[in-house]
Amino acid sequence: MAETTLTDTGGHSAQPNNMSGFVSDWSSDQRTFKNVPWGKAMMWVFLLSDTFIFSCFLLSYMTVRMSSTVAWPPATEIFALSFGGDPIPMVLIAIMTFILITSSGTMVLAVNYGYRKDRKKTALLLIVTALFGASFVGLQAFEWTKLIVDEGIRPWGNSMGAPQFGAVFFMVTGFHGFHVSVGVLFLILMARKVWRGDYDTGKRGFFTSKKGKYEDVETMGLYWHFVDLVWVFIFAFFYLW
Amino acid sequence: MADGNTHVEGQQHPLGVYIKIWGWLFVLSACSYAVDYFHVQSYLRWTLILVFMMLKAGLIVAFFMHMRWERLALVYAIMLPPAAVLVFVAIMMFESDNTLMLRKTFFSVLSGT
Repeated sequence: MAETTLTDTGGHSAQPNNMSGFVSDWSSDQRTFKNVPWGKAMMWVFLLSDTFIFSCFLLSYMTVRMSSTVAWPPATEIFALSFGGDPIPMVLIAIMTFILITSSGTMVLAVNYGYRKDRKKTALLLIVTALFGASFVGLQAFEWTKLIVDEGIRPWGNSMGAPQFGAVFFMVTGFHGFHVSVGVLFLILMARKVWRGDYDTGKRGFFTSKKGKYEDVETMGLYWHFVDLVWVFIFAFFYLW
Repeated sequence: MADGNTHVEGQQHPLGVYIKIWGWLFVLSACSYAVDYFHVQSYLRWTLILVFMMLKAGLIVAFFMHMRWERLALVYAIMLPPAAVLVFVAIMMFESDNTLMLRKTFFSVLSGT
């Protein structure tokens, strides 16, 4: 590998990966996260801060739901969908969940083929991931339309129970959908870079003027899996609870 | 985590691992959906939802996000701070219980019943 400097541990890989290795990593008076490119470490720090944001949203949801004197609207019935016959409970959300998991799988394959420097497969899998992400956002737009137009749910009230339901729903799923949309955008940009061979030729990016590497695909992957991770919590707490 | 210190060339692992985890995520999602579909209620429902949720989250972070293969310096730096959220959860549970109690007391006074 030509570009090992970023991930080179400078002999520190000899440190054991236990408590004493942990202490020596943090007290080494050098970079703390050995083996981890800076972009990836910073992505993790960003995701940590995003974790707190989503935690606060779900916490406020818990607080308004627990302190409401009015019954919480039944999610199972609200998100049911009928395909000609009886309405199937929550089916739209189930489809969205499976779409997001599928996209996580294609993302992880893209990362893997990226490390194998398989330019075409990586770009293709990134595009497939972006398509799954876009279809998720599309279904979410459909879900919102159904709730706003057909069910008359507003951020300040609805006819089915606690008025806070709409506020929580639009805030939490809206912020998550925004994350998915941004992810789709960056997936497309990265697929274009990979396809063009920027990571093979070491072409400098227009914004940072830094040479891109296939490790960047993993950093992108971290963000995408985080979006999937947040959905796991929203699915459990908002839709199933 | 035993081999977490040998990845100079980045996180590269056999495809089979990912496919297996992918499959498990589908199974676990189907399980959580089944909880709703079969109308499991009350404590059993909440327990099952939380168990499937934590298993899915754990698999995603450990394998898809490669935490299983990272060094402890990164694992602890990222995984420990969110534990503070649990304290926040406990505080807000007391708070919302209190709010509910006040609402029940004073809404009935105001409505004259």
